[in-house]
Amino acid sequence: MTGSTLDSAKTVLNHHPEEDVVVAHGVEHHDFRLLGIIVFLVAEGMIFLGLFMAYFTFRSVAPTWPPEGTPRLELLLPGINTAILVSSSFVIHNADTAIKKNDVKGLRLWFGITAAMGAIFLSGQLYEYFHLEFGLTTNLFASTFYVLTGFHGLHVLFGLMLILGVLWRSLKPDHYNTNSHFGVEAAEVYWHFVDVIWVILFLLLYIL
Amino acid sequence: MTQAAEFQEQANLPAHGTEPDKGDWRKYFGFSTDHKVIGIQYLVTTFIFYLVGGVLATMVRTELATPESDFVSREVYNSLFTVHATVMIFLWIVPAGTGGFGNYLIPLMIGARDMAFPRLNAIAFWIIPPAGILLMSSFLVGAPGSGWTSYPPLSLMNGKPGELIWILSVLLLGTSSILAAVNFIVTIFKMRIPGMGLNQMPLFCWAMLATSFLALIATPVLAGAMILLSFDLMVGTNFFNPTGGGDPIVYQHMFWFYSHPAVYIMILPVFGMISEIVSVHSRKPIFGYKAIAYSSIAICGLGLIVWAHHMFTSGTPPWLRMFFMITSMIIAVPTGIKVFSWLATIWGGKLRLESPLLFAMGFISLFVIGGISGVMVASVPWDIHVHDTYFIVAHLHYVLFGGSVFGLYAAFYHWFPKMTGRMLNETWGKIHFALSYVGFNLAFMPMHKLGIEGMNRRIAEYDPKFASLNLLCTIGAYLLAISTLPFLVNVCWSWVYGEKASDNPWRGLTLEWMTTSPPPVENFEADPVLATGPYDYGMGSRATEVDVPFSDASDPALSAGPSSTLRAKPDPAVAVSPSDRVGESHNR
Repeated sequence: MTGSTLDSAKTVLNHHPEEDVVVAHGVEHHDFRLLGIIVFLVAEGMIFLGLFMAYFTFRSVAPTWPPEGTPRLELLLPGINTAILVSSSFVIHNADTAIKKNDVKGLRLWFGITAAMGAIFLSGQLYEYFHLEFGLTTNLFASTFYVLTGFHGLHVLFGLMLILGVLWRSLKPDHYNTNSHFGVEAAEVYWHFVDVIWVILFLLLYIL
Repeated sequence: MTQAAEFQEQANLPAHGTEPDKGDWRKYFGFSTDHKVIGIQYLVTTFIFYLVGGVLATMVRTELATPESDFVSREVYNSLFTVHATVMIFLWIVPAGTGGFGNYLIPLMIGARDMAFPRLNAIAFWIIPPAGILLMSSFLVGAPGSGWTSYPPLSLMNGKPGELIWILSVLLLGTSSILAAVNFIVTIFKMRIPGMGLNQMPLFCWAMLATSFLALIATPVLAGAMILLSFDLMVGTNFFNPTGGGDPIVYQHMFWFYSHPAVYIMILPVFGMISEIVSVHSRKPIFGYKAIAYSSIAICGLGLIVWAHHMFTSGTPPWLRMFFMITSMIIAVPTGIKVFSWLATIWGGKLRLESPLLFAMGFISLFVIGGISGVMVASVPWDIHVHDTYFIVAHLHYVLFGGSVFGLYAAFYHWFPKMTGRMLNETWGKIHFALSYVGFNLAFMPMHKLGIEGMNRRIAEYDPKFASLNLLCTIGAYLLAISTLPFLVNVCWSWVYGEKASDNPWRGLTLEWMTTSPPPVENFEADPVLATGPYDYGMGSRATEVDVPFSDASDPALSAGPSSTLRAKPDPAVAVSPSDRVGESHNR
């Protein structure tokens, strides 16, 4: 049909379904959930980007930064914390590799270790909060410090709950297997995201 | 070859075996995951909020009928315009255009059975009624009164509970908008029927794609601003409070980083609808399909880098003002491409001057006025003169009411038959159009002059020399309020008693018309077939190589009817063109 704006070679009339890649049996359509999570994380990233930009502006407009009288931040504990969180990203990846080989025990092991590392990170952060010499309303730097790390901490907490949820579900036989392990992947992607955000945050607040 | 619509319909003849699903009305009040139910839930809910916002607007105009503040107190007046703007933006135009029509139409237009994430879709809707009721409840504790922009430090200074409620409801509505955007992006990219590439999508899908990206990228930054503002409000931090070393300009940047793109979130879906309506009712192929489609994407990209033109008087450095002035003016180019394409589509068409096209043409005329005044205020010197005056009020209402709301009305008239299976009454539709067009221009045209002469916005009292023009605006506003009544009566009456609509009353080509009215639960009896492009109107007279008959008694397999072999894997023996036929047919 030259009268049509359709490319006739591509329409259903000339479409051969059997040429499509066959997905797992019993799945009605492709699973788009992981893509959905990734698209959602773009939005999450934009919240953090917005807050980072606000921090940058505060910093560049202020005559001295951090404002005079702000105690220096201790680097040792947050440094260890950072190392733990960054390495947990590698640990959680092992779980993904394990479940792709249908190894549920391996999945539980690596997710368990990740959860423990996340918990250590959170407790380390709480410890830091209680031992800092400034409070939420001390000055602009203190406020941004607490809101940024706190907002990130909430995300770590949520990621930890996702991991624990996956661990709980993995107790059911054959809940996760080689072909179906969306929960594992979602928790992993989320954990990587939280990790990347922390690295930026650490550089912004402690190093720069 | 006969008309394209006939061809497309014949290839997709919907089964009328059983009486189409009468539908249990209770499903509209429950947690349904059907995108059509959710779409209608969105539209009805947001329209109720539109009426609430309209009542608030009428009260604002009543107060402004005279120069003194005699109808309500100054504080109440501040609350009235603040809540009016918040309701109209966050509870009417954004959710009606994206959530309402987007949900209803996108899966149908791309031939999908539902959205990619039906439950997420229902959650996104069910956030809206509580958030709206929450916002309304602020009137009980002292409604927010610092404008919908809620600039600190003003917003930190009075009425804490009202301001907090405002922040919470904006956060909730933003969340809903982000969830819907995730859903649309995945649906449009992944759920199109085979054969529908991005460039075969109806233009509404392109518009929704651009809108969803904007909502996805811009809304979270508003959420960030709201989080910081609530800390300032409740805990006593000083992010935006200069007395404690904070910077109110940072709030303005974060706020407008969302709220300028929000203008495009409100207008882009309507652009998409107008592209559909203009083409169907002019019986002509859309002029410049790719130009319209890609200009939506251009608006999406440019829309993210123009926000500071709202801040030309906020101490923005001159070099930055120059940058934002230029980017803002460049936006007029993709927008102009769309407007001229619609005009070229209407030009020489076989116009069907019924309510949908009337509202669409009303949209084009009013939106062009708003667009031109938009280019005016994009230029720094002019903006400094009219900033925070009624010129801005006139401009934004020409864009958001003359643009978005007229477009939404056009869409209501166009898709109502598909949604309900009933036609709207045409006479009342024309009365509605005439009243709202006259009322709208009467209410907002004089505001241009008021603004240039220096009448400030957001103040309950004004210089008596502006009295006569303001009275004219108020009369127009009342007329505009009354114009809603014929529409309301028309919709309520027609939904129950209206003339039965056929499957394709406007003879459209896009896939939503290729099923019953209203469509069955999973939209299509069988997977729909693309026999023509979305806008191939009047192309039948062109030379064609292939002529498929619609019925052929001697050889049914060769026709394009519902039992056609063309719907399944083509058998080479019955290829439509004799020269392509190979082998002996098994169907003979």
